Parts: sequence; structure tokens; C-alpha cells
Amino acid sequence: MTSHMNIPIICEWDIVAARQAGRDAARKLSFSIVDQARITTAISELARNIYLYALPGNIILEHIEEQNKTGLRITAVDKGPGIKDIKLALEDGYTTSGGLGAGVPGVKRLMDDFTIDSVVGEGTKITAIKWLK
Amino acid sequence: MRIPILKLNNLLLVSIQIELDDQSALQLQEDLLEKIHQTTAGGVVIDLTSLDMIDSFIAKVLGDIVSMSGLMGSQVVLTGIQPSVAITLIELGIDLNEANTAIDLEKGIQILNQSGVQ
Repeated sequence: MTSHMNIPIICEWDIVAARQAGRDAARKLSFSIVDQARITTAISELARNIYLYALPGNIILEHIEEQNKTGLRITAVDKGPGIKDIKLALEDGYTTSGGLGAGVPGVKRLMDDFTIDSVVGEGTKITAIKWLK
Repeated sequence: MRIPILKLNNLLLVSIQIELDDQSALQLQEDLLEKIHQTTAGGVVIDLTSLDMIDSFIAKVLGDIVSMSGLMGSQVVLTGIQPSVAITLIELGIDLNEANTAIDLEKGIQILNQSGVQ
């Protein structure tokens, strides 16, 4: 892959586009089948989160190298309403959309590193990394 | 995109062969319930062998399909869930406990036959 891909999330179909880009990127970096599924699923959850709550936003995929480690970094940025209570948003089963509420806390479990920054009224940035083992 | 639903005696068979977007998943839900109603099928096998990921939305739709079909009196078996998909779903915090599952299409049909759906 090119070491940087930026997928705008504007319509529902962009969730699939982001997922496909993530699947390709994970394959090219030779992640295991299970890690490919984790990465693709995490991207799908993050992209859907933008689509449901925080349009417009972007999913950015980057190939990163750090201390002899190779990884894939997913960044989900949006200019949405921001998250009032990050702790609550990270609780399993919490949802405001009638979904399963597995999205954001699920992503944290699927990936190795996870950070979330959010400012109410400005937007949210979630970064998640999977390292190649 | 519409997912074809095949009728085999008193069963309906669905094999998801496409990249499943949200709309297609919801369309399948609607089409399948309508088809159960039309055919009075006693059972449905949904084969997921080709899916390399199931996210929380698709899982919710699949779970809903199982419950809704159950309300109508039709039993659903989900088959062919890949190892990587099973791992990811559980890590994501989703269990499809309510759903009957089988290792492949053939075993799925067997389960339905054994419970009296031919």
C-alpha cells in the first residue's frame, strides 16, 4: 500500500470503502488472517461511528515503523459533536443508536494501542494501532 | 445489492457472497421474512462461509433475523462462520447465543431436518 490512505466518510457506502481499504492494507503488510479480521472489523466500527454520529469525518490508514516494529495505524477523525463522557462511551453495551453498543470498546479490545481525544463541539480523534507479530 | 434466497422443500437457503453493506443486510432481513411468509418455510440456513468479517451492525441484523424468523415460527441456523470471524466477534463483545449454528451448510440442513423441518 501507499504508506498513507485517507478515506472520507460521507455516506453509508464509505463504511464499506474504508473496510476494503483496511483489508487490502492489512493483507499487504502480511498480517495473519485473524489480525486482518480484527483490523477490518475495527475500521468498520470506527467508520460507522462517524457515519452515525459525527459526519463528516475521515478514516486514515498508515503503515508505521517504530523500534523495529511494523504496524498499521487507524485514525478516525471527525468534526462531529464530540463525546461528552468518554468513560461512558468506552463502557460495553453503551449505545445511543439502538445498536449493540460494542463499537468503540470493542475496537479497543481488537487493537493493540488505542487512544481517544474528544472536544465537545469540535470533534473526536480515535487512534488505534495493530502491530505485526 | 439483493442477496438471493433459494427454496429447498420446506427450507430456505441463503448464502452471503457479497461484501455486506448495511443496506444489503437490512434488505436481506426484509426479503427473508417476506419469503418465509410466502413459502411458510419451517427453517432457514444462512451460510456465512464467504464473510471475512462481521461487525457489530451485521451481527445485530443477523441476531434480529434469527429472533424475527423465530417469532414467525421459522427456525434459523447460521453456518460456516470462519475461525477469524468467531474470534473477532467474541473479542468485540458480541455473542450470537440465541442463534443456532452449524459448521457448514450440510450440517445446518441436518439440524433443521432433525428438528422436523424437511
